[in-house]
Amino acid sequence: MSSEAHVADGSAVHAEHETGENYLNCSHGLRSWLLTLDHKRIAVMYLAGLAGALFLGGIMALVVRLELWTGDGLVLSDDLYNHAFTLHGAIMTFLFIIPGIPAVFGNFALPLMLGAKDVAFPRLNLLSWYLWITGAVFAIVSMVVGAVDTGWTFYTPYSTQTSTQVINMTMGVFILGFSSIFTGLNFVVTIHKLRPAGMTWWRMPLMLWGLYATAIIQVLATPVLGITLLLLVAERALGVGIFDPSLGGDPLLYQHFFWFYSHPAVYIMILPAMGVISELISVHSRKTIFGYHAIALSSVAIAAFSFIVWGHHMFTAMSPMGNMIFSALTFSVSIPSAVKTFNWLATLYRGHIRLNAPMLYALAFIFLFGIGGLTGLFLGALATDIHLHDTYFVVAHFHFVMVGSTLIAFLGALHYWWPKMFGKAYDETLAKIACILVFIGFNVTFLPQFVLGTRGMPRRYHNFLPEFQGLHQASTVGAFILAIGLFLILVYLWKSLVSGKKVTVDNPWGGSSLEWLTTTPPPHYNFVGEPPEHDVYDYHDIRYDAAIDGYVLSKNEGDAAR
Amino acid sequence: MSSAADHHAEVDPAYRLAHHFESPEQQFETGKFGMWAFLVTEILFFSGLFTAYSVYRSNEADLFSYASGYLDTTLGCINTAVLILSSLTMAWAVRCAQLGQQRGLKFCLIVTLLCAGGFMGIKSVEYHHKIHNGLFPNAHFGAHEDPDGVPLHITDESGATVANPAARPAPENLRSFFGIYFCMTGLHGLHVLIGMGVIFWLYLRARRGEFGPKYFGPIDFTALYWHVVDLIWIFLFPLLYLIH
Ligand SMILES: [Cu+2]
Repeated sequence: MSSEAHVADGSAVHAEHETGENYLNCSHGLRSWLLTLDHKRIAVMYLAGLAGALFLGGIMALVVRLELWTGDGLVLSDDLYNHAFTLHGAIMTFLFIIPGIPAVFGNFALPLMLGAKDVAFPRLNLLSWYLWITGAVFAIVSMVVGAVDTGWTFYTPYSTQTSTQVINMTMGVFILGFSSIFTGLNFVVTIHKLRPAGMTWWRMPLMLWGLYATAIIQVLATPVLGITLLLLVAERALGVGIFDPSLGGDPLLYQHFFWFYSHPAVYIMILPAMGVISELISVHSRKTIFGYHAIALSSVAIAAFSFIVWGHHMFTAMSPMGNMIFSALTFSVSIPSAVKTFNWLATLYRGHIRLNAPMLYALAFIFLFGIGGLTGLFLGALATDIHLHDTYFVVAHFHFVMVGSTLIAFLGALHYWWPKMFGKAYDETLAKIACILVFIGFNVTFLPQFVLGTRGMPRRYHNFLPEFQGLHQASTVGAFILAIGLFLILVYLWKSLVSGKKVTVDNPWGGSSLEWLTTTPPPHYNFVGEPPEHDVYDYHDIRYDAAIDGYVLSKNEGDAAR
Repeated sequence: MSSAADHHAEVDPAYRLAHHFESPEQQFETGKFGMWAFLVTEILFFSGLFTAYSVYRSNEADLFSYASGYLDTTLGCINTAVLILSSLTMAWAVRCAQLGQQRGLKFCLIVTLLCAGGFMGIKSVEYHHKIHNGLFPNAHFGAHEDPDGVPLHITDESGATVANPAARPAPENLRSFFGIYFCMTGLHGLHVLIGMGVIFWLYLRARRGEFGPKYFGPIDFTALYWHVVDLIWIFLFPLLYLIH
């Protein structure tokens, strides 16, 4: 079982290749997967689950967009339309984007990048996957069978009055919350306690800083969502009246609780994506990341600011003083975000840029995140927010951040680590075409929604005036282009798994972090022998070897064949 | 270059060192840090309830002082004492494990369990009274007696039910206080029950002699959890029982 046993000398790489044993084939059968404690296998299981959630949420997005082809609906009744957008929003938010990058790529890459054998609590890690599955079943069954029509925010008092299955749905989200807490807890503890001696805080890849900042938010904010949802359940089941004004409660309190979690949750979605982009930009520019410390600390700063801006979701319901304070604090988040963006651009400057699929995603991210971030300022500013509040402008803004940035980074990460995870190559040409389709489809979908919003189209409405029809139809066309792009990805990645060319080189991209210095796919215990030491973002000793079509570590010229 | 398997072969099995840790110290430190992080999430979990409590109490001060009268301060006091005692025995259990005193360890765990059971017993007596008095905030909510035990309604000569002039009339939103009360104490009670489950599991492991000076992490971490559960009660008790 343990692959280290046959390795005695320094030529670990070769021994590994001869035996061909890795984490995917070191044990067999469904049981070995369902009971696995290996973070890499758990990552693969998460990938399967999240792909399913993305598919389901995507189908619901298409249903919603199709329904908005005309102003008086196409096939769905008003109620069914409400169910459809709730399904789309809740599945995408709670089942896909929030677990998203940490659950799949964090689980896979974090211990590898750190040089650890596993996360701190492997059993807890597996438990969090099972909690995800359980929460997903709860949420999807209650939405599909019982139907929920509150939107993903479950605002009171509507959520305490509607006759749909809010209790089951919130219990599902509650369970998903614990899945997220346990993942975050594991990552925080792993980074604090499982770093090998040489791996100091300032030598960690920026992906780890991103995951660390994310994990802090997961640990500190998610419990508040948990108690909020429990109180909502208590309110519905027992009528305790905490959110009910007729019983002395306050419905706005629900919104404060909800956004105390859900605003930081936006950074749970974006921070790991920023971590991924930092890796992609540096590796595919063949250049040290510019402003390492600034990027690392800006992740932590975003995590810290994320807790003090939630009030911007209630500008139309708070005191002028409260509004001004929250507006100013909201603007503060733009500073660390801009710090990152400028540092990425500076990294690109004079780099040897390789326009392969992961890099295309990284460049798309910078562009789309730029739009998503800057339109956030429109909404953080009080005067414009009064006009734009609850319109399609908000919908377009958060889709630029969640889809345009997080999903794009997720896809970039998927293409970047795919060869390492599965030891299989994908079709690079198809990958580029798909990336361009996704990029065009996304922009065609959501750019018109900014215009719709500024012209006064309110969000979540089933019917609209005839003057909005053209833009709505453009948006629907874009959604289908986006869907075709995503479907294409599914097809060629599936093909890659089944019949893709084998990748045997350790380091196909010339990455400098530790996961590229172990074999492909990695062995069960991540490294053969002690984990290697290498300065991250230092590319001078990583050279391309045409004989193996991959990169090798060479301390000097003569050593290149090692 | 020693592999993971070789590396651990040198370590005394009494340390119960998991494969992914370098040393028993790292394993212990990791567990302890993890438990502290988990306790932070617990505190934040309860913080929502404490916030709701503060908002409510500042909105409805009169209601809170009236409704608090329904709570039995004596039983609350006893329960506080019982929990503090259980914290002492749990801390003692950690010490016994560290010193390898197997009998003392088992004894301390049992006493902790008994205290926790006693707490839940007294709590259920209190709940029973409240529910009996119509104070559980469900569809049948409606107090039968005022805080001093005087019936709120009496039957007059003609057989009709009328308000009892001798009773202090219940304020309008009485159920909201009991909503908060049952949420807070209920969630705390759930944590006590979970703690009892874990302590019982530790007891079974202690009977197998798994703990000693080289391996006492689980006892230590559970004790931390148990102290936080106690601490939450120490805040709940005055906030709910001792207000005027
Ligand atoms: Cu926000």
